[in-house]
Parts: sequence; structure tokens; C-alpha cells
Amino acid sequence: MLTILFDGVAYGMLLFILACGLTVTLGLMNFINLAHGAFAMTGGYVTVVMMNRYGISFYWCLPAAFLITAILGLILERTLYQWLYRADHLDQVLFSIGIVFMAVAGADYFMGGQQQLINLPPELSGRMDVFGVGIGRYRLFTIVICAVLALALQLILSKTRFGSRLRAAVDDRRVAMGLGINVPVVFALTFAFGSGLAGLGGAMGAEILGLEPNFPLKFMIYFLIVVSVGGTSTVSGPFLAAMLLGVADVAGKYYVPAIGPFVIYALMIIMLILRPNGLFSRGAGR
Amino acid sequence: MSVLPQDIDMMASHSTAAAHSRADKLMKRRSRIRFYEVVIWLAAIAAYFLLPSKMLILTEIAILALFAVSLDLVLGFAGIVSLGHAAFFGLGAYIAGLVALHYVAEPVTGLVLAGLAAGIFGFLTSFLILRGSDLTRLMTTLGIGLMMAELANQMAWLTGGADGLSGFSLNPIFGLFEFDLFGKTGYVYCLVVLFIGTMIMRRIAFSPFGLSLKAIKSNPMRAGMIAVPARKRIVTIYTIAAAFAGIAGALLAQTTSFVSPDVLAFHRSADVLMVLTIGGTGYLYGGVFGAVLFTLVKDWLSVVTPQYWMFWIGLILVVLVLIGRERLTGWIGYLPERFSKKEDRR
Repeated sequence: MLTILFDGVAYGMLLFILACGLTVTLGLMNFINLAHGAFAMTGGYVTVVMMNRYGISFYWCLPAAFLITAILGLILERTLYQWLYRADHLDQVLFSIGIVFMAVAGADYFMGGQQQLINLPPELSGRMDVFGVGIGRYRLFTIVICAVLALALQLILSKTRFGSRLRAAVDDRRVAMGLGINVPVVFALTFAFGSGLAGLGGAMGAEILGLEPNFPLKFMIYFLIVVSVGGTSTVSGPFLAAMLLGVADVAGKYYVPAIGPFVIYALMIIMLILRPNGLFSRGAGR
Repeated sequence: MSVLPQDIDMMASHSTAAAHSRADKLMKRRSRIRFYEVVIWLAAIAAYFLLPSKMLILTEIAILALFAVSLDLVLGFAGIVSLGHAAFFGLGAYIAGLVALHYVAEPVTGLVLAGLAAGIFGFLTSFLILRGSDLTRLMTTLGIGLMMAELANQMAWLTGGADGLSGFSLNPIFGLFEFDLFGKTGYVYCLVVLFIGTMIMRRIAFSPFGLSLKAIKSNPMRAGMIAVPARKRIVTIYTIAAAFAGIAGALLAQTTSFVSPDVLAFHRSADVLMVLTIGGTGYLYGGVFGAVLFTLVKDWLSVVTPQYWMFWIGLILVVLVLIGRERLTGWIGYLPERFSKKEDRR
């Protein structure tokens, strides 16, 4: 029972790291980006290639996954995404579905369609017993890393100059520009950072979530649930939503395997009807 | 000089009469049969005689076209971005398959029942899309689509699960026209259904009702101010569109004698959005044009790169959006609209 809770929390933490970049693009920049999973997948594949082909330590792969995905995100934002900030939602949906399709086929082409495996360092694999609760070492590692990241994110957003610039740019783009904030640069950096986080999440999640070319499609709905249920105005909203989703999903798969996903979707729809702007939102959404 | 009350009455009635006739004219001009419509239907009939070996792909086009036209009612007229339109398509397909398997093997009955079921389901779910922003609607429709796919997968006792539904055969249509091996009857059947469906949807879309939908799309608040009951209209059009999507699904099930969980897959919803993007939204025939182009391109790509055609489809989507949908589908406006100038003067 507690083990399930623990696994659920680890899963939720991962989902949060994966999705919090999307919170920014989708919630703050108001861009419906269905291709977020593609960045996560990129991070996962970077790790797989680095570890299995070049034998680089897992600990170095994580920052590398973050960096490479962030750079990729930056390039894509500057070349493609920035033209669509003001486009129709339909255009954004189509565009990002196109990106997803390309990513899926591309991953299939370069890496093959099979499930990718990574060999964790020995100190991270296996389970240990703490007061009779079986705890996976790797899951503990995930929880710690993600918790630190979540805390850091909250601090960056609320305490640093960049954070206040970002919030200003999001609240009112025109006024922010009038105050001399370089909004496109802020957005580009944020997008890159969000993509990087997704990449990191993908790298860490390769073990727990599984990594294959259909990853972006498979987890798209989970990311969207986290964002739309959590609301987009805070970090804590998506965080709690991710936790809930993680625990509910793991418990659902364990106790009622036949209808697990069904329950998740049903809950999401009910949630959306009752609170269209998110579970923890303040005021009206944009 | 004094103005008698009855004069004012007369003037008022006169000006409303004038406004009425102007509105009449406008509606007539909007709903006039365009030149390209005739060409499309003639081409579709000609294809039957000219391309006897391509019946299967023609059937596929006709089904996709009906599906896309139904989505256009929701997307192009009411302005609702739906990522789960395949839910109705798949429901229709399963209903048609189940009806043929267990009850009646007569296709038209199955078609009607599938349309009804999908329409009822559309009516029930339409209340879920009334609230919230684009994103909420997107999520809700996507969620409904995924739920349906999950259901079909889990209810193996009814739907055959991942293996799909097979082993049903259909009687001749109305007991007269038998399905042949080359799909000729299938194509004619689909084409006739597509024609009737499009004509009905056309009648709906170019009526004052359709105009009010466009008003809701452009500005729901103002539409409300001129007494357009937005919620009711959206429920109605969503139900109608769902019913036609169900019919399209039923056509697929009947012409292929097979229903797989693939009919509910996410990529089907994405595909049909793409079809509309290629063909253009908001004038119904975008679905038909788009279906032709999309199916041909997809067919060609899956021959050239059987495994990676998805990449090129994705690339086409991205390029389409970046160039701008309006610019690409602008050519529709240059097609000759009328047969003769005379109609305008009427």
C-alpha cells in the first residue's frame, strides 16, 4: 500500500518535471503545444545513446540531456514557434501535431521501434526496505531530484529578476515591453528551459515510463492533464495535479488494471467541467 | 406637415420588407450552387467509369470526405477545435459492425442505426464542450476520444478488443445491390451516402442557422446580444456532426467488413483535422477537396516510404501552418462561382 503510494509519488514527480515546461508554454504564453512530449523523448534518447553507445556515466547523461534538449528547444522556438504565438489555436494544434508526427517517425528511423533500455548504475538499482516499506532506490533518487528541481523552480519564478520579468511578460506583454523587458528573449529562454526540463524528465523517466518512438503520443494526454487540471498560474498547482495523477494512475493500474486509464480520463473530464480553469486556479483563465 | 401613424406603420413595414428581401437575396447568394460543386460530383461519377481498378482508394476518399465535412460543421462553422471527432466515427463503425454481426445484415439499416447512436452520443457529450476555453474543449474532446478507444479495447467480449470485429458479412443494399469483390458497389454506396449527407449538411450550413453559427464563432458574446442562443446552437450542430461522423464510420465498417480499434485512434482525429486544413474550413467542400488530396498524398507516401510516411505528413502539416492556411486555401475564392450572371439580378 505504502509502496504504491511511494511509486505514485515518484511517478507524479516525474510527470511534474516533464510537464512543467508545458505549463509555461501552454499556460503562460498561451500556446497549445502538443509536441512537448517530443522534447522529453529527445532527452530520453540522448541518454540512451550516450550511455549505451559511448558508455558515459548516467549522472553525466542527465545534465547533457537537459542541455541538448534545451538547445534544441531554443532553436525550434527561434525558427518556428515564435511565428505562431499569435496564431489561431487550430494552427498551433496542427503545427504541434505535425512536429509530433515528425518526431515519432524520426525516432523510429534513427533508433528503431523497439523499447529502449538503460542500465542504471548499480547503486541506483534494486530496492531497500525502510520500516517494512519496499522502496526502489531509483524512485527515491527521482523523488529527491524532482523535489529539488520543483523547489528551485518556485524560487526562480518568485525570487529572481528573471522570474519577475517572465511573470510581467506573461501578465501583459505590451506593458512589459514598454518597461524595457525584452519579451521575445524572455520567452525564448523560458521555452528552452522548459524543453530542457522535459528532456531531463525524459532521461530520468526512460526507466520508469519506458522509451519508444510513440512516447510523445502516449504521454501527451498526461502532460495536458497536469497542465489543465493544475491550472497555469502557479508552480504548486501543476505540482499537486501531477502528484494526484501519478498516485491515481499507479494505484489505478495496480488495483483496477482493466479500467485504470478510463478512470483517469473520466476524472479529467469531470474536473474540466467543474473547474474549467484548473483545480487550483486563481481568478479567470486567459 | 403631419405624419399619420399609419404612414409610419407603412414606412416601417416597407423598410422591413426591403430588409427581408435583401436578406433573402443574401441567403440565396450564399447558398447558390457553385460551379465547382457540380464539377466535383461529376468527377466522382466519372471516376467510377474511368478508374475501375482504384475503387478501394476512391471509397476511402468518399468516407474520409464525409467524415471531414461533418467536422467542418463543428470546426469551420461553430469554431470548436475538436481533437476527438474520431470517437463518433469509431462508435458508428462499431455499431454498424455489431448490428451486422448480431441483428440485421442489411447495410442501410446499420447505417441509420450507427448515425443515430453517434448522434445520441454526440448530444450527450456536447454539454461537456459548452464551457471553458479552446484548451478545455480540446482536452475534453481528446479525453472523450481516448476514453472511447480505451473502452473498445477493454470490452473485448463485445468489440473483440485489440483483434477487432470481423466475420460479419452484409446483405445486398435494400436486397438489390450486392457488394462485389472489386468494391464497385461499395464505392457507389459511399458516394451516394456522401452526396446525400453533404446535401443535408449544406442545407443546414447555408441556412440562417448556419449563419448564426458563424456569428457564434466570430464573437459568442455579441451573438448572444442579438439573441442567438449559442449553447443550444452548439449542442444542435455538434449532435448533427456526430451523427454524420458515425455514418462515415459505419461506411468504413461496411465496406471493409472489419472494425479494428484503429477507428478510434488519436491519429484519425488528427488526420481529419489535417484534411480540413488542406481543403480549407468553413465552406464544407474543403472536406471533399482535402480528402482527395490527403488520401492521394498519403497513399503515395506510404508506397515511397512505407515506414516513415508519418514524418512527411508531419512536415506537410508544419509547412502548411507556417505558410498560412488562408493563403493556401485562398484559391477556392477564385473558382468560378456561378453559371451565369443572370442569377444576380433576380
